[in-house]
Amino acid sequence: MQLESLYQEIILDHYKHPHGRGLRDAADPADRVGEAHHVNPTCGDEITVRVATDGATLHDVSYDGMGCSISQASASVLHELLTGRGATEAFEVHEAFVALMSGRGQVTPDEDVLGDGVAFEGVARYPARVKCALLPWMAFKDAAARAGVGASPTEVKA
Amino acid sequence: MTTIAIPPGMPQYDDVPRYDVAAVRADFPILDREVNGHPLVYLDSANTSHKPRQVLDVLAEHYARHNANVSRSVHTLGTEATEAYEGARAKVAAFVNAPSVDEVVFTKNSTEAINIVAYAFSNASLRPDADPRLRLGPGDEIVISEMEHHSNIVPWQLLAERTGATLRWFPVTDNGRLDESGLTDLVNERTKIVSLVHMSNILGTVNATSRITARVREVGALLLLDCSQSVPHMPIDVVDLDADFIVFTGHKMCGPTGIGVLWGRTELLAAMPPVFGGGSMIETVTMGGSTYAAPPARFEAGTPPIAEAVALGAAVDYLTGIGMPAIQWYEKQLTAYALDALGGVPGLRIFGPEVPVGRGGTISFALGDVHPHDVGQVLDSLGVQVRVGHHCARPVCTRFGVPATTRASFYLYTTTEEIDALVAGLEQVRKVFA
Repeated sequence: MQLESLYQEIILDHYKHPHGRGLRDAADPADRVGEAHHVNPTCGDEITVRVATDGATLHDVSYDGMGCSISQASASVLHELLTGRGATEAFEVHEAFVALMSGRGQVTPDEDVLGDGVAFEGVARYPARVKCALLPWMAFKDAAARAGVGASPTEVKA
Repeated sequence: MTTIAIPPGMPQYDDVPRYDVAAVRADFPILDREVNGHPLVYLDSANTSHKPRQVLDVLAEHYARHNANVSRSVHTLGTEATEAYEGARAKVAAFVNAPSVDEVVFTKNSTEAINIVAYAFSNASLRPDADPRLRLGPGDEIVISEMEHHSNIVPWQLLAERTGATLRWFPVTDNGRLDESGLTDLVNERTKIVSLVHMSNILGTVNATSRITARVREVGALLLLDCSQSVPHMPIDVVDLDADFIVFTGHKMCGPTGIGVLWGRTELLAAMPPVFGGGSMIETVTMGGSTYAAPPARFEAGTPPIAEAVALGAAVDYLTGIGMPAIQWYEKQLTAYALDALGGVPGLRIFGPEVPVGRGGTISFALGDVHPHDVGQVLDSLGVQVRVGHHCARPVCTRFGVPATTRASFYLYTTTEEIDALVAGLEQVRKVFA
């Protein structure tokens, strides 16, 4: 297996220079805020994701955590892709990312939908690391549900 | 140049028992394979060891030639299987110098062995006529340590919950040693059982137990030692250790998975109520009630892992043939070599003793702030297999302020060249995450 397919430049860049890191209060006090803390019990990685929304638009997706390059870069990409999006659109992106990660390397990602998220295509070929990439996205789903948007928390096959 | 002569009458350097490592490696078929285009460098033996051909052959031979259920058949195959199974028990008993073969209970693994003891306490606590040493209630105390594997934490937490007893623990020092400074307070008249790891699976620390044993005897408590990481790597003598129970597991000592051992003093096992009910563990059964077999059968309900036990016996033969003192010495040399080599890697921090004294060949470390998952992934791409994560010892990670560590662990087949490959791989990790 080629290590470069896992540690793409884009992933290492998000890891070393994370975008939007740190938990933030809602800029608009009228926003609903939901937060979720997820851990990967096998490695101890942790992430907290907070969603601020008026129900239609995700005004902010902020996060904090500690973990490996894959999980932390994934959180950075999550923030970048979903902040400012309409809720419906955000969940389409979410679905595309989960599909990519569950695809065992057989799914070709759409860069128009996933942006920097396409860099995680290689991760899907490393079953031991899929959970790392999904950790922030699963936390996001729970946080969004607690802020009143999206479906109720469900298990996604990793 | 001067040489220091060891006075006559003292152990000489050449007296150290040795064995041919290349010949040993040739016994392990898996060591020939490649991983990701590189020769396999297996540094995860604390997780599970590899199995020599001698063990694999016995496992296959048992199913091919002697397969039958044990302890219930008059036919020839049943007799052969029973003799092989009980023969394995005798081998295991001799391996740890158990005074009686009946002190060896076969279990699934160390985890099950600890749970059997914990549940025997639990069951005894419900019976007013049970041995008072096994009865727990509010005000009684259970003592463990901060360096335990989860398997020696959670069963006691659950026991404390069920009985109302209090769980206490020895802390760990900055050097990764057991902090015994609070011994007389921690182990006191209220203590019913002390359950301690003999060798830490994450720090590599080998605990000196004599002071603790003396205190345990003084207050009339019982002592369980989790020897999962020590029995495979050094001579263990239960009489010498003066413990009440020890547990260990087959797959870390060249044996198969699915077979472990609970050793307990005869009179204690005899005092313990059963835990699992079913076939083989009974004396007589009526619809109105049952009476139970003597140990070890009392704790082996149902068809046991027969082939696994027989193969564990073969593993014991294999290790005994090489010699546990020789294995211990060899691993001590490896550990000294590895500590020295890892000490030269920039930004590397070792968790646990940094000297090859009172420790085994299991070394946890951090490489700068590179996450252990990333360290392990890059090493894997070079064929180097290490464990990353919290090693089922999360309180140790918390103690040292890290979510996870990278761990290299050695065994009788590990070579200094493999340690060199680890060090070279760490250089590669530093490049990727520079």
